[in-house]
Amino acid sequence: MISATGVGVDLEGTTVLDGVTLDVVEGEVLVLVGPNGAGKSTLLAVLSGERPPTRGAVTLDGRELGAIRHRELARLRSVLTQENTVSFPFRVSEVVAMGRSPWARTIESRNDIVAVADALDAADVTHLAHRRYTSLSGGEKARVSLARVLAQGARTIYLDEPTASLDLRHQEDVMRIARRLAGQGRAVVVVLHDLTLAGAYADRLALISNGRLEAVGSPAEVLTEERVERVYGLPVELHLVGGKPVVVPLRE
Amino acid sequence: MSERGGARVARGVLLSGVLAALLVGGVILSSMLGQLAVTPTEVVGSVLRATGIPNGWAPTDPIVESTLWVVRFPRIAMGLAVGAALAVAGAVMQAIFGNPLAEPGVVGVSSGGAFGAAVAIVLGLTSFGVGTLAVFAFAGSLLATMLVYVVSRANGRTEVVTLLLTGIAVNAFAGAGLAFLLFIADSGGREQIVFWQLGSLNGSRWQEVAIVAAVAALGTAAAIVLGRRFDILALGERNARHLGVNVEALRIGSIILVALLTGVAVAFCGIIAFVGLVVPHVIRMVIGPAHRALIVASSFGGGALMVFSDLLARSVVVGADLPIGLLTSLIGGPFFFFLLFRQRKRSGGWA
Repeated sequence: MISATGVGVDLEGTTVLDGVTLDVVEGEVLVLVGPNGAGKSTLLAVLSGERPPTRGAVTLDGRELGAIRHRELARLRSVLTQENTVSFPFRVSEVVAMGRSPWARTIESRNDIVAVADALDAADVTHLAHRRYTSLSGGEKARVSLARVLAQGARTIYLDEPTASLDLRHQEDVMRIARRLAGQGRAVVVVLHDLTLAGAYADRLALISNGRLEAVGSPAEVLTEERVERVYGLPVELHLVGGKPVVVPLRE
Repeated sequence: MSERGGARVARGVLLSGVLAALLVGGVILSSMLGQLAVTPTEVVGSVLRATGIPNGWAPTDPIVESTLWVVRFPRIAMGLAVGAALAVAGAVMQAIFGNPLAEPGVVGVSSGGAFGAAVAIVLGLTSFGVGTLAVFAFAGSLLATMLVYVVSRANGRTEVVTLLLTGIAVNAFAGAGLAFLLFIADSGGREQIVFWQLGSLNGSRWQEVAIVAAVAALGTAAAIVLGRRFDILALGERNARHLGVNVEALRIGSIILVALLTGVAVAFCGIIAFVGLVVPHVIRMVIGPAHRALIVASSFGGGALMVFSDLLARSVVVGADLPIGLLTSLIGGPFFFFLLFRQRKRSGGWA
């Protein structure tokens, strides 16, 4: 389990994150939502060990995250960033196989071929395996990057806006993958903008506003009309469809 | 999957075969041609005799023998070593800049090395031995590489425009330094500095060849060890870090590697531009961008290119020895332009 306690981050004198206490629990999909610039990506960077917090502590099973070496950390958690350009025309299969690199020269590496094939399949990109990554469309690149992160086979998986450049079906696919990973006992943390998508797939929802944790809990607890309106500065209507909250902005 | 994988292996084998043929062919051809014509059997015989195999092909004329071993062979060996060093330096540079247009000559690392070597000449330090020159060239190259690296990178990548502009600035600065040194140097020093600016394999000695070859071999081995990490670095700096690569250490190690390979080449042969651009690029087109294979093939490809360029340099004009840097730039310039043009078309702008 990864735990953040009283975490704060200052960037160039500005506090972008403050007093956040949050647990990342295995077997659960935790979705981070909030307005632009609220600090979601910064929180994700802190939880994944990419950015050391200015205040507070992040631990993985009681160990300080910053004290874990690069390579070991790469076996414990994987991160899908929003940056998915590749400098040279590698093939899709090669890019996904790079996800296995933290396991090189360990006994785990005997599973490389299976892990890559499964990841290609899960992200629905098996048919692209022989294509050059640089020749793919934005949505295809996003899915291949997801496959790479899945191939890494870590117990904790961070996805930073994984649905950003995807069509409706592939958005749902990605969130279904997230659910399935949680079903396998992994911890999944996803940053999303779409509150309805978040409400449909999250076990727990964390709403971030102005660098602070506004609310954590089940989607139904967190997403109330009053709270969403206050945080986003936009009046909304909440409907329940199949027991899941659907957020619709009030339009003229 | 296996069918396509097989095709790629076949391409790799084909490339190795072509490179080997080019190398051996180039070496023999280059040993034969010159003011004193030597037959291919004499070349092979002489090499066999030197390795302890007595044979009937070996030349009986001591002039032929000394032409081969004092003039031509060291020159050819130098070409192989320098070509390998420059091509590998180019491949490594492209990997850490995340940009296929990065090249020691283009971004000013070679000029930095030449400036360092010129400083050693003007200060009269060359009398301390050939190593001094190499150390100064390495220092100049290192300084230039670090400068380019610090100035031109943003968010772990280097845009083409920034890279080229930085290259112009570094080249201009090193050029000014060289001009100043030319101005204050005596006539002997001047001649030497001009030689550095043009690049040549003329007058290579075994002692120098040994230094360049040792650095080229060690540098290539180091680059091969780092190869997998270079692959992962292509995903961008953040993603590489998330995959457990110590990006900072890789970056520093690679900068030193590039400076070392370029510096040693420049120290003994002057500025020979575009080898590091053309060779890895052509090889990437044939076998793909995976760095281990790319670096190995580049070292052989660079050697082959240099041997043929040098052969051309000393046989195009009868009785004259053209600077080899002139020739590689003559080929590399248009190639560079073509790459720029293609990249511009692909990305829809100069970014």
